[in-house]
Amino acid sequence: MTEQPQVPEADFRSYYGRPILKPPRWREPELPAYLYLGGLSGASAAMGAVAAATGRRPLARAGRLVGAGAGMSGTAFLIAELGRPERFLNMLRVAKPTSPMSMGAWLLAAHSGLASAAVGSDITGLVPRLGALAGAVSGVTGPLLATYTGVLLADTAVPAWHEAQRHLPFLFAGSAMASAGAAGLVATALRSREERVPAARLAVMGAAIELAVTADLERGLGLTGETYRQGGAGQMMRAARWLTPAGGLAALAAPRSRVAAVAAAGLLTAGAVATRFGVFRAGHASVADPKYVIASQRDGAAPRPR
Amino acid sequence: MTSNRLSGPLADVAGDAGYAAHPERVGFFTDTSVCIGCKACEVACKEWNGLPDPDADALTLTGMSYDNTTELGSNAWRHVAFIEQPALPALPADTDLIAAVADDSGGDTGATRWLMSSDVCKHCTHAACLDVCPTGALVRTEFGTVIVQPDVCNGCAYCVSACPFGVIDRRDGDGRAWKCTMCYDRLRGGLEPACAKACPTDSIQFGPLDELRAIAQTRLDELHAAGTSEARLYGADPDDGIGGAGAFFLLLDEPEVYGLPPDPVVTTKDLPAMWRRAGVAAAMLAAGVAVAFAGRRT
Amino acid sequence: MAECHPVAFQWVVEAKKRGATVIHVDPRFTRTSAFADLHVPTRAGGDIVFLGALINHVLSGGHEFREYVTAYTNAADILPEDFTDAEDGDGLFSGFDPETRTYDNSTWQFTGERDLTLTHPRCVFQVLKRHFARYTPDLVEQVCGIKPADFARIAATLVAASGREKTTAWVYAVGWTQHSTGVQHIRTASILQMLLGNMGRPGGGILALRGHANIQGATDVPTLFHLLGGYMPMPGPDEGLEDYLGRMPDTGFWGNKRAFLVSMLKAWFGDAATPGNDFCFGYLPRISGDHGTYRTVLDMIDKKVKGYFLLGENPAVGSAGGRLQRLALASLDWLVVKDLVMVESATFWKNGPEIATGELTTEQIPTEIFFLPAAAHTEKDGSLTNTQRLLQWHEKALEPPGDARSDLWFLYHLGKRIRAKLAGSSAEADRPALDLTWDYPEEGEHAEPSAAAVLAELNGYAADGTPLSAFTQLADDGSTSCGSWIHAGSYAGGVNQTARRVPWQEQSYVAPEWGWAWPANRRILYNRASADPQGQPWSAAKAYVWWDEQAGEWTGQDVPDFEKTKPPSYVPEPGATGPAAIGGGDPFILQSDGKAALFVPRGLVDGPLPAHFEAGESPQRNRVYRQDGSPVSIQYRDRRSTHGQLAGHSAIFPYVVTTYRLTEHHTAGGMSRTLGRLAELQPEMFCEVSPSLAAQRGLENGGWATIVTARAAIEARVLVTRRLRPLRIPGEGVIQQVGLPYHWGSEGLVTGDSVNDLLPIVLDPNVYIQESKAATCDIQPGRRPRGAARTELVERYRREAGLGEDEDMTAATPDAAAAAEPDSEAHPAAPGGTWHHDE
Repeated sequence: MTEQPQVPEADFRSYYGRPILKPPRWREPELPAYLYLGGLSGASAAMGAVAAATGRRPLARAGRLVGAGAGMSGTAFLIAELGRPERFLNMLRVAKPTSPMSMGAWLLAAHSGLASAAVGSDITGLVPRLGALAGAVSGVTGPLLATYTGVLLADTAVPAWHEAQRHLPFLFAGSAMASAGAAGLVATALRSREERVPAARLAVMGAAIELAVTADLERGLGLTGETYRQGGAGQMMRAARWLTPAGGLAALAAPRSRVAAVAAAGLLTAGAVATRFGVFRAGHASVADPKYVIASQRDGAAPRPR
Repeated sequence: MTSNRLSGPLADVAGDAGYAAHPERVGFFTDTSVCIGCKACEVACKEWNGLPDPDADALTLTGMSYDNTTELGSNAWRHVAFIEQPALPALPADTDLIAAVADDSGGDTGATRWLMSSDVCKHCTHAACLDVCPTGALVRTEFGTVIVQPDVCNGCAYCVSACPFGVIDRRDGDGRAWKCTMCYDRLRGGLEPACAKACPTDSIQFGPLDELRAIAQTRLDELHAAGTSEARLYGADPDDGIGGAGAFFLLLDEPEVYGLPPDPVVTTKDLPAMWRRAGVAAAMLAAGVAVAFAGRRT
Repeated sequence: MAECHPVAFQWVVEAKKRGATVIHVDPRFTRTSAFADLHVPTRAGGDIVFLGALINHVLSGGHEFREYVTAYTNAADILPEDFTDAEDGDGLFSGFDPETRTYDNSTWQFTGERDLTLTHPRCVFQVLKRHFARYTPDLVEQVCGIKPADFARIAATLVAASGREKTTAWVYAVGWTQHSTGVQHIRTASILQMLLGNMGRPGGGILALRGHANIQGATDVPTLFHLLGGYMPMPGPDEGLEDYLGRMPDTGFWGNKRAFLVSMLKAWFGDAATPGNDFCFGYLPRISGDHGTYRTVLDMIDKKVKGYFLLGENPAVGSAGGRLQRLALASLDWLVVKDLVMVESATFWKNGPEIATGELTTEQIPTEIFFLPAAAHTEKDGSLTNTQRLLQWHEKALEPPGDARSDLWFLYHLGKRIRAKLAGSSAEADRPALDLTWDYPEEGEHAEPSAAAVLAELNGYAADGTPLSAFTQLADDGSTSCGSWIHAGSYAGGVNQTARRVPWQEQSYVAPEWGWAWPANRRILYNRASADPQGQPWSAAKAYVWWDEQAGEWTGQDVPDFEKTKPPSYVPEPGATGPAAIGGGDPFILQSDGKAALFVPRGLVDGPLPAHFEAGESPQRNRVYRQDGSPVSIQYRDRRSTHGQLAGHSAIFPYVVTTYRLTEHHTAGGMSRTLGRLAELQPEMFCEVSPSLAAQRGLENGGWATIVTARAAIEARVLVTRRLRPLRIPGEGVIQQVGLPYHWGSEGLVTGDSVNDLLPIVLDPNVYIQESKAATCDIQPGRRPRGAARTELVERYRREAGLGEDEDMTAATPDAAAAAEPDSEAHPAAPGGTWHHDE
């Protein structure tokens, strides 16, 4: 016979095992979808800008199209996440550098606007120079859009996110590159081999970065690292761990093979999406059990830069 | 925009937030050593602030001692925690209690200590919720407190994830974030907050923060002199991770026992470094794109 | 105290901050215990042993405050030879009549001789010593489960904190009173405090916490059947004025009884009350026996009582024997329920447990029920009287909604209408109603009678109509009127003294200008005892009231509870009556001899000294005397009572069950379970059990349990908690206690089973209070059966316990109850008040 459950004697470590923090109120699929779409939009716009500058019209068009489309749909997901969606314009009431969401809102607004202008000009042929300029500028806002989301998540109390602050911008950057590359491969799948090379390179680089950063992330977070390895987050991260390299390998073959190109696009996109879901779920898991908060503050295991 | 620091001691919180002239900073000192768990604070707060009545499905026993409120949230801005502990070393965990009933020990788990504490928003010196709020709904008042403006908040819930104490939350059905205002309306009227007024034992003390810190130190010294060595202050130190709290506590055990984070740091402290990394990563991305197109026709 | 009086508890917190030691003795560890320096768990019902052992400790160790005891108590009085103490009577004092189960107190009267050396074998002091000699720490461990080390610590602390320089206060509530020996519990504590010299001194005394905000007011201006205002007794049948007055003492301040009574009658009957008709004394209703609420409820089942007014009272949940309460309601012709919300006593006919079990059928209940909404305390003027006799006035803040009215409005206008119907009648029986003064000023659109005018009437008027300022102004010739002599002074100068709110920062620590306390705004009763026989404070630290020789008067921090100019040296003339019979060194001025009563010769029906008896249901035999339960406690042994016998119970109902309150809820729950903000704090009925009891019975924290007694089965959620500790009885094993907060019923936002359904009707014979604090039960995991299976479960238990059929179970309908024969009462309670009880 063992002890019976009773009004739980306060575990000296927690209050009835309850979370200390509130669970993030952001939902799936909305937030992970936005993370993916924001990265896709940003990197695609950059890809489109450089493609335009190097005379690659299909990739330029594709980059601008995806940049605008992903930007718009990402924005829609963000607005849907709000408790008061009708007040979304309040995001532009202030511009606060201490708020990654404020900066991101401005960035997203600017970027989506520019990307839309660029693709609109491209398709209609109207104001081509302005359109090109818009596209070029969106190639600058793009990379920021793709990486600021890492700051957005890290600038919280959520252990899995805050402790991953060194990793997330780079993880999202790599993932965005792979996503944009995937989009480019789809856009050039029916075109010549030579056309597919930049997209393929971008895809391979992105995949490699994504994998490298993920591996370091899962090892380097101490106790909190297990939130990336267990449960729903672990499932997603493990899925990404074969989707992304498979996609990267397929991307290597993409210039030679249309099938490989399409396969790479699918695998890399799935991997990028899985990674975003994994990160999102790891955040939730790191809040659900108070030990992560307690451990990081008791042992000083949390990264404390400067 | 005035510049302000993101961490570390900050002597003039309201001034730093842009108030040219402002009253003294006020706050709460919650002395849990005299809390009797009556929950008058919870009820007074709800009455004054007109917080919503509970849903029918919330009317269930939690089994967590006498705590059926469970946590702070959008509809509970004071929350009394109850922790039952052994006062002396407990029976070993594998004690056969049925057998013990018949023998000498009687299955007696020994004397008890029952900790009670009224939790509240800390009104941090460096308030992560305020820092991350993208609409400017969360603001610092002239009293040095932190409030949400419900006519501005669009429910993005960023503050919910930024708060290191798990205080603020978004209200279901309403969509906006709500939390303790330290009865801003009462402060403007020269009154103390409802919870402080209702508390019969003065466990909740309200007043100028400097004075409260001095009172707390005196009380701590008294308790230590009387042998209560486990008494400690929580949130009283301007050098802590949030620059000290506007609502701080005297606790009789580790913070995590009460559901409080042991040593929270405002997430914004790392923000400059985070932005730098984002910039580097963005540059890396841009470079990667450029490399992908390198050596090609124009 | 922290649970039930959190606001008052702030003073305990304050005292501890200033160095006081706080000790809490209670079956369970409560929010008070959490704050106390020491909590000692004890078995519910064992307190006379615990307190008696402390008395024994004081007396054996010579720790009594000797000078105080000798001068201010009746320790020196000598008892007659034919007095037998319970010690020599195996639990019975001399004068017990087993037929009537009552005591004749003639052998308890003092001989008139006194021994100030306190050595005479028959002096009270020595009798007391012998009486408590067997109340030892070992006995305390056996009966209460209190460990000797804990007892020693309490005793040492108590003794060290009493005497000239220090005082100790005891605070109790219904944990002491709601026993069949409730009054004797208080008596034991009083004896202890008298021996230690803690009465009438600052920081001393006994504080009786009440059960709701105006219970004290409700006993002062009483709703109790056996009292008139100011604690005068109700007259008996055929009792004339002189006989009646003869029941109260002639010496001491009760010597003014005639003035008190006549003034009250003048207040009630005005000009109709004249010397020629004994001031309408004949109009007063008479009591002929036990008219307590429980007797009356049983009489309802017997169809002897036809109607019932329930004003802010909810016996379906709040009174012991819930099932009997509801059967009584179902037997009436008419019922008026006046309350803030729809309480269970108004809905028993459709939502009561007996409907679900089939014992009652809605369509067959003949009772005509009127529900009248009541005004809340914020919607009417009035006063609330605290346990320390403090009246605090509250003013109406807003009009009551709709048809809601105050109880004062209801009773007054009901009276008006009755008088209108009787107007012009020549019948003798109608004279009392018609001769009443019934003319309070009416205010506002609802013609609300002025509560202030009622208070002013209680305060009283001189012949010329000016308000009285002191009860010493009362005359016995009909020239003064005064509704309640203890309230004289509450409207002195025509000013509502109870409405004063001078902040504490602006007056002394006694705060005499906050509200008004009866009598005469004295904040500590018998405060003459804070000075020695020469009139000087026992110590400077505890100076409170003293004699100023220069000024020739008593003075100090409080209104002296003594004649202002009577010097300490005053010696009464032989044969003096009234206050003149009280010497200058006799602080206890309402006692006929001016002395605190260690031994009570008259006034208590169950003994001049406290003796320990087990509760009506107990897991233990009485360790002190052969008599298990109190020989004179009131138990209605007629067929309708389901109280069971002790013997043979223990195996079937092995656990002590005790009931209590939570901070979050209020009494029967009508005012708390109907409000979301309070209901959510404690949303479900629960029981509290120790981990070992949970292990024994398979109970889980957060799960369900069914608690069964000889009368009922209820269900509750389970809190397994270390705060309920098993009590180890050396050589015998362990006593487990099941704790039940009693606030739940079938109405409201949060509902649950009612704890009072479990309890028997066993009453203290002095005051008719029910024994809610100790009974025996079984507890099993899981929810209780529904429908008829619920009563079958209880019947099974009763059979196993050898209790036989509960005939009430078969008398399911009011018709059947009416057809059955009423039995005679088992206990004819004699008329009398709490001061003096003449048998």
